[in-house]
Amino acid sequence: MSETVIKCESVYKIFGENAKKMLEESNGNVDAKTFQDKGCIVGVNNASFEVAKGEMLVVMGLSGSGKSTLLRCISRLTDATGGKIFIEGQDLLELNNKELIELRRNKMGMVFQSFALLPHKTVVENIAFPLQIKGTNTEDSISRAMEMVKLVGLDGRENYFPRELSGGQQQRVGIARSLAVEPDIWFLDEPFSALDPLIRKEMQDEFLRLQEKLQKTIMFITHDFDEALKLADRIAIMKDGIIEQLDTPANIVLNPATEYVRKFTEEVPREKVLIIEDVMDASSKDNLGDLKVSKDEIIENVAEKILTQEKLVGVVDSNNNIVGSIKPSKIIDTVFGGRKNGS
Amino acid sequence: MKYLKKYPKLFQWLFLLIVFFSLCFAIDVPETYKFIRGQAEFVKDPNQSVYFFLGKEVRYYAFDVFWRLPPLLGWLPIWINDSLFFLMNEWMPMEFWNEDTQEFKTRPLLLEISRNLTSFMTFLIELIREILLGGLETIVAFTSWDFIDAYPWLELPGLPWTIVAAGAAILSYKLSGKGLALFAGLTMIYISIFGQWKPSMQTLSFILVAAPLSFIFGLGLGIAAYKSKRVEKALYPILLVMQTMPQYAVLVPALVLFGVGDHAAVIITMVVAVPPMILLTILGLRAIPPEVIEAGRMSGCTNWQLMFKVLIPTARRDILIGVNQVIMVCFSMAVISAFIGAKGLGFNLLLALNQLNIGLALEAGLCISLIAILLDKMSLAWANQQQDYFGNLSFFQRNKNVIFFAASFVIGIILAYVGTFIFKGSFNYLFEIPHNKGISTADFWNKGVDWIFDTFFVYIKAFNTWLIQDVLQPMRALYLRMPAVATLVLAVGAGYLIGGVRSALVVAALTLFIALSPWWDRALVTLYMATFGVVISCLIGFTVGTLCFQNKKSAAFMLGVCDIFQTFPSFVYLIPVMMLFGITDTSVLIAVIVYATIPATRYTIEGLRSVPVGLHEAATMSGVNKFQRLTKIEFPLAFPHMMLGLNQTIVFALFMVIIGAFIGTEDLGQYILKALSDKNGAGIGLTLGICVAFIGLIFDNLIRTWVGKRKKHLGIA
Repeated sequence: MSETVIKCESVYKIFGENAKKMLEESNGNVDAKTFQDKGCIVGVNNASFEVAKGEMLVVMGLSGSGKSTLLRCISRLTDATGGKIFIEGQDLLELNNKELIELRRNKMGMVFQSFALLPHKTVVENIAFPLQIKGTNTEDSISRAMEMVKLVGLDGRENYFPRELSGGQQQRVGIARSLAVEPDIWFLDEPFSALDPLIRKEMQDEFLRLQEKLQKTIMFITHDFDEALKLADRIAIMKDGIIEQLDTPANIVLNPATEYVRKFTEEVPREKVLIIEDVMDASSKDNLGDLKVSKDEIIENVAEKILTQEKLVGVVDSNNNIVGSIKPSKIIDTVFGGRKNGS
Repeated sequence: MKYLKKYPKLFQWLFLLIVFFSLCFAIDVPETYKFIRGQAEFVKDPNQSVYFFLGKEVRYYAFDVFWRLPPLLGWLPIWINDSLFFLMNEWMPMEFWNEDTQEFKTRPLLLEISRNLTSFMTFLIELIREILLGGLETIVAFTSWDFIDAYPWLELPGLPWTIVAAGAAILSYKLSGKGLALFAGLTMIYISIFGQWKPSMQTLSFILVAAPLSFIFGLGLGIAAYKSKRVEKALYPILLVMQTMPQYAVLVPALVLFGVGDHAAVIITMVVAVPPMILLTILGLRAIPPEVIEAGRMSGCTNWQLMFKVLIPTARRDILIGVNQVIMVCFSMAVISAFIGAKGLGFNLLLALNQLNIGLALEAGLCISLIAILLDKMSLAWANQQQDYFGNLSFFQRNKNVIFFAASFVIGIILAYVGTFIFKGSFNYLFEIPHNKGISTADFWNKGVDWIFDTFFVYIKAFNTWLIQDVLQPMRALYLRMPAVATLVLAVGAGYLIGGVRSALVVAALTLFIALSPWWDRALVTLYMATFGVVISCLIGFTVGTLCFQNKKSAAFMLGVCDIFQTFPSFVYLIPVMMLFGITDTSVLIAVIVYATIPATRYTIEGLRSVPVGLHEAATMSGVNKFQRLTKIEFPLAFPHMMLGLNQTIVFALFMVIIGAFIGTEDLGQYILKALSDKNGAGIGLTLGICVAFIGLIFDNLIRTWVGKRKKHLGIA
């Protein structure tokens, strides 16, 4: 993997008066129940992970699972109770207020569930806001903001007030604002949860398009497992402040680490998540038929073609080298079969 | 038994009322008791009882404790008074450098602070006043009298009224548009040609100092309270009392601390105007969604930027209502503080009322109301203003307002100069129209009043007599007939039934304070007048509000009317009623009713409006008719909000009752007015003010507790 941008080492966030003291006494063995009895609420419990440059980590969990709290620890909107957080090698918790502000002004952008636009500013003023806070002059900040307006497709609405926009449009403004300073790290806290399903899908596609272009390092929070599967490079599933599993979408679907994760994966249509590489047989490369498919193809897209074949289908990589094969019956197994199917 | 279980609260209330009335009947009026009038307390009478506390002598007529409690707090006003004098004249003497005499002088600290504050305020007021009207105090403040003697041309000439009028119109145009500009222009022209220019500008200069200062202090303290729980806790009780304290009452201590004049008026206006500003600032800041604050943080705001670029603009709505309140209070005080020597329209208004010259009073009142409305609208427009980045405007377009003002400035000066030739030997009407040289409609109004009196005298008199003899006197007698113990039981019982032990204790403490003060009887009279006013106001307000609500347009119209009426300084309400009913209790009560109907109407409409649309539709689908919808859906849901309106109505009514003392009533207000001319009045005035505030707070506490519970019950908290 390429260089690490965000790194968490045993991060804890515990709410309550004696949180710090209790955490020290517990030696890292935090049990939510005993803490709660003493009036403390555990938000994040021993989170350790890394996010690489250009990677999109989606943190998935139901409400109250601590996913938003985790994000706020990493953006230091709240201070973590214990553990270490590094942003590009800098110890986040050691930064003083001034350095933190510098970091946020230049490196971080964040999108919020309820959009959090400033009601007294127009679209373009909202987008220019982080720039003006930095001290960019009005002319430059407005022209940069206008670029962002175009990027998120709100041309012609730049002089509207947030209250005059629909939810989807407001979130486009939120996205544009978070990108205005060209941050390296992009935090999104349930950005599409408040939108209705059709708009949500549209925004997800739009978001993927943007990410294709911008290649930011992203932490994306959602409570929607389908959304996580659709967007993520890797998914972290949280429950009661603990990261239950952190892996690629395919691995989570194929090898759920805990019962809790398995429940989520049950209903997932595998053919939409898995790619050929996940189900191919890498050992047998002989007796192939005429059809060749790319290993990165999603099963759904090629299933029909494969199923019409009688022979083994060859799997090729991007250089057209054969890396494995797949039996047509394997496709049926994967889609309709039980849980024992593995890679 | 079945009913008892079904409606336990109802029976508790019934029981309370039974206890109350049996107490009333069980305790007889003592034979020697008479409603104490005038200065009887200060007459030495062998029948009086005496006690000493903290070295203060308190004399009073003792009665059965069940009938009237002894004034155990009688020492408080005297003590406050003595303490004030001690602080002002003896406490912490220090050496201060005196500029004029060029030597050190020993002075008490507080006196020195007060003097410095005073001269600072005076300077500010004079500065603005002299820009508007001309004068030389400001120049002298920077130089000396000798200097001005040497260079007499340095004296500020004052702006011709044409320039001020043009300036007001252009500013209004920039802020809002043609409509407001027209209104501003017409207002200024009206003021000028009716010869009210000088007093108007005096009032305006007073407000231009008091309002911004109150705004800044209120905002600052509000922010401090938002940031620190401790500050909020310290401020809260003071704010609460100040909200219900009649403005009259604060005048008296101010008199002691700051003397007589415009500066004292400004300081006292700030004391009254800052609390609502603080409350609304806190309210607005608290209501900001946390994500907006986080968004600000993530944009890299420093604390300063977060406060001024994110928090305050986001809380703008509430802060604006604060500004609005500040302006309203300022105008109200502009009149009331004429009692302590503030110059301007208020002074003229009081003078005219005193001379029973209704016409003059009406003119001054109209002027002050017009300026109030104008400033109110301008401040609203100012806060709603937007910048447009996308006009590729030319220099002229960008600066057209400045250019127009400069042009009108030049034209105004030329006109004024030309005027010196036209109006040779007389007044230069193009520069400033003197007070008594404008058009006056006073005679017309006075004749009108006379005509009304001549024509309708019989009817008015009959109505008056009927109201006073058959309604007011019996009602007053009933209130005075209440034994103190019965009243206490009623208040505490109501507190307990509504809010439990906590409310009962608060209400008990507040009531006891009044009962133990020397003015229980007066408080009862105040209460009776306020009750009468509130009942009628609520009847009118709830009816009008409900009727107007039936139609969107009429509702909006009514709210607009309420807005405008609320902008009028409270004193202005006395003018028309004196016109019709002369100097009687009826006048005061009608003023009370008109004034207190505003919040009753407003809250009714707002409450009915706040009923969710979904419920309307649900009700319509269950096939209710309009009347059923009103009684079954809208009223129950709007009722909590309407009760908050009742709360406001009570406060408004109390204020007006106290102000009514100016016409002559026998309540607490009369004593407050008296304290104004008493050199030992500070303590009395303040204690009286606190008594009135506590009457308001008792109801405030009960109503708020009830509304809170009810809203929770209905799930609309």
